[in-house]
Amino acid sequence: MRGAMRGEEIPVLPRGVRLHQDRVRGGWVLLAPERTVALDQVGHAILSEVDGKRSLSEITAALAEAYNAPQDQIMQDSAGFLAALRSKRFLEVVTEVTAEVAT
Amino acid sequence: MSDTRPPIAMLAELTHRCPLSCPYCSNPLELTRQDSELNTEAWAGIFRQAADLGVLQLHLSGGEPASRRDLEALVAAARDAGLYTNLITSGIGLSERRLRALDAAGLDHIQLSLQGTTPEMADEIGGYRGGYKRKMQVAQWIGEIGFPLTLNAVLHRRNLHQLPRALEMAVEMGARRIEVATVQFHGWALKNRDALMPTRVQAQEATRLVEAARARLKDVLVIDYVPADYHSDVPKRCMGGWGSTGLNVTPEGLVLPCHAAQTIPHLTFDSLRDRSLKEIWYEGAAFNAYRGTEWMRDPCKSCARKTVDFGGCRCQAMALTGDASATDPVCHHSPDHAALQSRAEAHAASEEAALVYRDAAGSAAPVPAE
Repeated sequence: MRGAMRGEEIPVLPRGVRLHQDRVRGGWVLLAPERTVALDQVGHAILSEVDGKRSLSEITAALAEAYNAPQDQIMQDSAGFLAALRSKRFLEVVTEVTAEVAT
Repeated sequence: MSDTRPPIAMLAELTHRCPLSCPYCSNPLELTRQDSELNTEAWAGIFRQAADLGVLQLHLSGGEPASRRDLEALVAAARDAGLYTNLITSGIGLSERRLRALDAAGLDHIQLSLQGTTPEMADEIGGYRGGYKRKMQVAQWIGEIGFPLTLNAVLHRRNLHQLPRALEMAVEMGARRIEVATVQFHGWALKNRDALMPTRVQAQEATRLVEAARARLKDVLVIDYVPADYHSDVPKRCMGGWGSTGLNVTPEGLVLPCHAAQTIPHLTFDSLRDRSLKEIWYEGAAFNAYRGTEWMRDPCKSCARKTVDFGGCRCQAMALTGDASATDPVCHHSPDHAALQSRAEAHAASEEAALVYRDAAGSAAPVPAE
């Protein structure tokens, strides 16, 4: 089993996985192939920042500043959530090979 | 019912037409004719109603949805309504040009069925010569365009030995997910239990293979597994609970709590030609018939698992006991459980049974050459 996402890794939502505002129930969900994941505020905050360019550390640093919370705490709070998304293939990490191709 | 929550998923049976004639087809025995099918505008309106009601996931199914010439327009309408669009297809009827048009229309995901891992097996089960070759071509186009893909392998006594290869194929195709679905006996499949029922040993081996593959392919391939129902002791949580999370719309606009609900003879179903989707979901008689737990009798009524599996499948209880409010005989608490298990063994031991194919008229289709 792969461990928690490392700070230097760059998360990306793969094609077919997208954030969606649930206007009937309120709040945000992650829509994925034949699955829907209800997001809490932290989950939504992190995934809103995921752009396939910035690393997890950069994202959590930005959130730490925006929410005036310790970055370590945000990393800790989101580690399980991100790992679960990754094991379902709802979240991926930009690999060096594709990063090179992209540049 | 006041505590009824909005549905999450809708299965749109766009058509019952299909080039395949699978002996386990889940469509009803009486198929909707093409001239009764809802048109593009009617479906677009239903997609908007669904999104307004709270549906998030739309499964475009059939029959074969690619048999609809307006599939691209239907996908675009569903995306406009704000729905996540999943195409459930055999691949037959899709060309590279159509797939690119579906991409442009915003199709989110494709679920591709697999009848077997060799042309001989797949074409025999699907009753369609050349189908496997075409499907492999379609899988390649899907990969090139970059659609997220789920492979849906339907397994039974004839092809369960191909499970290891099906798992390999999913990885080779770049699928993120595979559904390993042991055939469920509804619709046409009930006619083929002698030919399709897996043996108990096969069912156990499939479970072992799936568990090993889940460990081996962690983070590569997500495996959803539907075990052999008749050989289980705990019933499936059918539809996540009747009228709780999903609904089904037939080609002519009837709204069903599940695709097989019409096999329960005393239920009546509302049409979207007469009532709104919202009214039907919250007030429709068929939806309220088995919603929640009020309808239950013992052993379900006093069971600790009654809100876990909701007594199993209503249509299966109907088919196997003649009473849709009985405990699903798959459950070890059911008085009919022992009889079902011996029945499963007997079906599985029917070595001579031939496949009974379906075609549009419901009669046997020609068997492809060996």
